Amino acid sequence: MKRAAPAFDRSPSALRPRRSIPLGIVMAVFLIYAFLPLVWLLINATKTQGDISTTFGLWFGSEFALWDNIVETLTYGDGIFLTWLANTMIYVIAGAGGATLLATLAGYGLAKYSFPGKRAVFAIVLGAIAVPGTALAVPTFLMFSQLGLTNTMWAIIIPSLISPFGLYLIWVYAVDAVPTELLEAARVDGAGEFRTFFTVALRLLAPGIVTVALFAIVATWNNYFLPLIMLNDPQLFPLTIGLQQWNLQATGVGSDPIFHLVITGSLLTIIPIVIAFLLLQRFWQSGLSAGSVKQ
Amino acid sequence: MVVFALTFIAPLVYSVYLSLFRDQLVGGNVFVGLDNYAQAFADEKLLEGALRVGAFLAVQVPIMLVLALIAALAIDSKRLAGSSLFRIGLFLPYAVPGVVAVLMWGFIYSERLGLAGDVNDTVGFDLMTPLSGDWILFAIGNIVTWEFMGYNMLIFYSALRAVSHDVYEAAAIDGAGQFRIIWNIKLPALRGALVIATIFSIIGSFQLFNEPNILKSLVPTLITTFYTPNMYAYNLSFVGQQVNYAATVAIIMGVITAVIAYVVQLRGTRGGAR
Repeated sequence: MKRAAPAFDRSPSALRPRRSIPLGIVMAVFLIYAFLPLVWLLINATKTQGDISTTFGLWFGSEFALWDNIVETLTYGDGIFLTWLANTMIYVIAGAGGATLLATLAGYGLAKYSFPGKRAVFAIVLGAIAVPGTALAVPTFLMFSQLGLTNTMWAIIIPSLISPFGLYLIWVYAVDAVPTELLEAARVDGAGEFRTFFTVALRLLAPGIVTVALFAIVATWNNYFLPLIMLNDPQLFPLTIGLQQWNLQATGVGSDPIFHLVITGSLLTIIPIVIAFLLLQRFWQSGLSAGSVKQ
Repeated sequence: MVVFALTFIAPLVYSVYLSLFRDQLVGGNVFVGLDNYAQAFADEKLLEGALRVGAFLAVQVPIMLVLALIAALAIDSKRLAGSSLFRIGLFLPYAVPGVVAVLMWGFIYSERLGLAGDVNDTVGFDLMTPLSGDWILFAIGNIVTWEFMGYNMLIFYSALRAVSHDVYEAAAIDGAGQFRIIWNIKLPALRGALVIATIFSIIGSFQLFNEPNILKSLVPTLITTFYTPNMYAYNLSFVGQQVNYAATVAIIMGVITAVIAYVVQLRGTRGGAR
C-alpha cells in the first residue's frame, strides 16, 4: 500500500524518535543507584576483615581474599551456612512449588469453569491479596503453637503454600490465554478434563506459571518475618535468618567480629536468585505484560 | 481450600478471638470484650508508631512512585539506547532478599565500615550520618525505595506497553509533542497501574518491619521496640508475652490499612472511563 505523504510512513523507524542523551544520563543515574550496593557487596566480599574497615569501600583492598572468605563462610560453625542453604532450598521447592501448583489449578479452574458463588470467591481472593502477610504471621504463629507445629519445617512450608496474588494472576491470565473454544474442541474430540488441562491448557499457561513460580520463589527465598517468629532452632533456619544471626553476633555485646562472613554470605545468598531471574526473564517479562497487552 | 482456610481464615478468626480476652494475674484468661481495643486507642506507643509509618508513607511512597514513573516513561519513550539493560538492571534489587538489602545498606551507612565513613573522612567532618536520629527514617526510606522502585517501574511499564501504537501515531499526526503525549495519553493509561502500585505501597509501609528490625542491631538506641506498629506487635507477643494485646494491635493496623487501601481504590477508579 502506498501512501501519499512519505512523512506518515508506517515503518517502525519513522515512529522511533532520536536517541536522547539527557534521558540516557538520567537513566544511568538510576542504574548506578540500583547497582551501587551490589557493587559494594561484591567488592567487599573480596576483602579481609581488616581491609573492610580501613580501605575505601568502592575499591579493592590490599589482598584478594574472596576464596578464603567463601571457604570460611561455608565452613564456619561446622558448615552451618550449608545447612541454611539446604533449608532454604527445601522451603523454596516445597513452599513455592506447592504454591505455584495450587495457584495454577485453582486459577485455571476459576477461570474456565462456572459454578455458583464465583463472584464471591473472586471478591475473597482480591481481599486476601490486600491482607498483608506480616499481619497474619503473628496469629498464625499463635495458632500453630497450639497445634505444636512451630519450630518445624511445616511452619514455614504451610503458610507459603497460599499465594492469592499468584492465583489472581493465573486466573486473569487463563481467561485470555486459553480460548474456551479450544477446550470445547478438545472435549468434543473426547479428551477428558485432566487430559485437556495437561495437553492444551498447561502449555498456553506456561509464561503465567513461570511468572507466578518466580515470584513465589523470590517470596520464599527472601522470607524473613515468618521464619523469624516460627523457628528458634538454628538447624532449621533459612539463609535470611542465619545471616541476621551472624550480623547480631558481629555487632552485639562481646561480639565476634565476622563482618566478612556476613558480607560474603550475603553475596552467596543473592547469587542463585539473581541467576534465576536473569535466566527466566523472557518468561516473566511476557507473563507480567501479557495480562495487559491486548490490542 | 483446606490450606487456605488453615493459613488465612483461621488465623484471622483466632486473632479476633484472642483480642477479646486478657491474661490476668488474678482469674487467668478472661473475656474482656473491647477493653483491649480501648487500651490500644489510648496507647501512646502505638500512636507514635502509627504516626511514624504515616509520615513515612506520606514522604517515601510518592518519591518512590514518581521515580518509578519517570523510569518507566523513559524506557517506554524508545529514545534510550539499551533499554532492556535498564529495565532488568533497575528491577534486579527486587530479587535481593530484604535482609541482605538492609545489611548491605547498613554497612554502607556505617561510619566505621562503610561509604558514609569514607565520605566523612574525605571532607573532614561528619557530612553524612545516616544512622543518626535525624536521618534514620530517611535511611530506611532509601532502602525501601531501592528495593521496590524497579518493581513498580515494571508494573507501569507493562501498562504502558498495552497502549496501541496507532494512538501515538494519531497524536503525532495531530502535532502533539512528547510531553503532550505523556500527559494526555500515557498518564491516563497508567491510572489503573498507579492505583495498584499505591495500594501495595501503602500496605507495605504500614507493615514496615524488616528494615527497622534489622537496622536495630546497628543502632539499638535509636530504633525502639515500638518503632513501627508491626514491630510493636511482634515485640509484644514474643518479648512481652502479651499475645492478646498483640493480636489487638495487629487487627487495628490491618483494619486501618484495609480502609485506606479501599479509599484509594475508590478515588482512583472513580472518574476513570472504566
